Amino acid sequence: MPVIEVEGLVVRYGDVVAVAGVDLTADAGQILTLLGPNGAGKTSTVETLEGYRRRAAGRVSVLGLDPAADHAALTRRVGVMLQKGGIYPGMGAGEAVRLFASYYDDPLDPTALLERVGLAGVARTPWRRLSGGEQQRLSLALALVGRPQVAFLDEPTAGVDVQGRQVIRTVVRELRDAGVCVVLTTHELEEAERLADRIVIVDRGRVVAAGSPAELLTAGGGRSIRFGAPAGIDVAALAGRLGAAVTEVSPGDYEVATEATPAAVAALTAWLAEHDLPLADLRAGRERLEDVFLRLTQRP
Amino acid sequence: MRALAAQTAAELRLTLRRGEAVLLTIAIPVGLLAFFSTVKVLPLPAGVHRPVQFLAPGVLALAVMSTAMVSLGIATGFERQYGVLKRLGATPLGRPRLLAAKTVAVLAIELLQVAVLVGVALALGWSPGPGEAPAAGAVILATAGFAGIGLTMAGALRAEVTLAGANALYLILLLIGGVVFPLGSLPTALADVARALPAAALSDTLHAALGGGRGGAGAWVALACWAVGAPALAAVTFRWE
Repeated sequence: MPVIEVEGLVVRYGDVVAVAGVDLTADAGQILTLLGPNGAGKTSTVETLEGYRRRAAGRVSVLGLDPAADHAALTRRVGVMLQKGGIYPGMGAGEAVRLFASYYDDPLDPTALLERVGLAGVARTPWRRLSGGEQQRLSLALALVGRPQVAFLDEPTAGVDVQGRQVIRTVVRELRDAGVCVVLTTHELEEAERLADRIVIVDRGRVVAAGSPAELLTAGGGRSIRFGAPAGIDVAALAGRLGAAVTEVSPGDYEVATEATPAAVAALTAWLAEHDLPLADLRAGRERLEDVFLRLTQRP
Repeated sequence: MRALAAQTAAELRLTLRRGEAVLLTIAIPVGLLAFFSTVKVLPLPAGVHRPVQFLAPGVLALAVMSTAMVSLGIATGFERQYGVLKRLGATPLGRPRLLAAKTVAVLAIELLQVAVLVGVALALGWSPGPGEAPAAGAVILATAGFAGIGLTMAGALRAEVTLAGANALYLILLLIGGVVFPLGSLPTALADVARALPAAALSDTLHAALGGGRGGAGAWVALACWAVGAPALAAVTFRWE
């Protein structure tokens, strides 16, 4: 049985429709990533699951509970990382973890948790003097201290440096491996591609695609060759040689509408060699997530 | 129980760590009490000969206002702005225990203030009357009223506006609250308005209870109205994020 079930979720702020009929499910031991541009409805969806938002329509269940009606029961079993803030500015990192630990019946050991998120060295530093990345890691620690079965992480890596991201990704994978259902939002493609078991692409309040990263990358991208070369090459001549349409998708980025057979790839590279054109990159039968994302969320 | 104790201790630590809160709740009341008790520049009500007799109850009223309204309101306003209240809403702490922790923390700070101010006042020659029980009752009613005002501001305004507004209210009520200037020395119309406000109502009852002046049923009625009305308004209007 899925840990999270959402059907036809609608969230409105006055006349503004933030979420316009979202369906999704997530299981234990799975990282579900909500990916979408800013303002797509990711946070509104997650905050409904957390019990902060009232839904205008639809059915929402987390661990079999209704986040709005059974909020108190749910708080013991979920961990939350808000998009920003949420911690007393004058409170030290260690103090905050110990305080939050006191809210739960069987919390993690605060000292070990600080060590795990790489904050042991700044345990006495007040939140307001931590770097952006340290603040995010403290926020992550507070989401974990109660041993949640579901962790909601809203833009966990936003504004975090490379090492900090590494720590956050490691902790998120550990959670997944321990059987926690992790729901995270991001507007960064790379983050989604690296972490997600399942990606739900949201745009303008609707789900525009859903699947594993591999499924999203092969969907619709199987019958073409994409390559990079100098901008403005003679696509008509190349199309004549290959016997398939060639389009310059964006300057220097080309798509050939043919199966990526070895013969087709060989013909393409031979033609480029004859014209002394360098090949920047070549992708056969696989779109980049960025292409999927842009194709699905492009504004008219 | 462990969560309530930890939350209360955290509220107390955070308050005592904020320099401006300690200045407002301890240093300013002590300074006013010591300065105006020794420098005889203030008008005194009829029948009172030593300034400390009038000042001690008034400054106790000021202390209650500084903790329950100003310090609580400003801190809560910033907690709301920083998303702390929102984040706590996703923990098992719950609103009742959060409010209980804040209440216990406010009462604990008030006890500390009373201990310090009474000590200083006694050292300055204050001889209080025997009305501790009605004085304590008045302080509890006033604490509820002031907290209601502070939380109403904190739950509806931006934190910076609450900061400025609560401090401005503190200054106004310091001047017209019977704290350092007797209400009798104010213009009659202003004094009538002041008597309906919680600061003067508290200082009046404290003056009466502790023997520095007169008080009456009107002040108790005003205190009771604020004690019920202001928290009710806060409960209705408070936005948690």
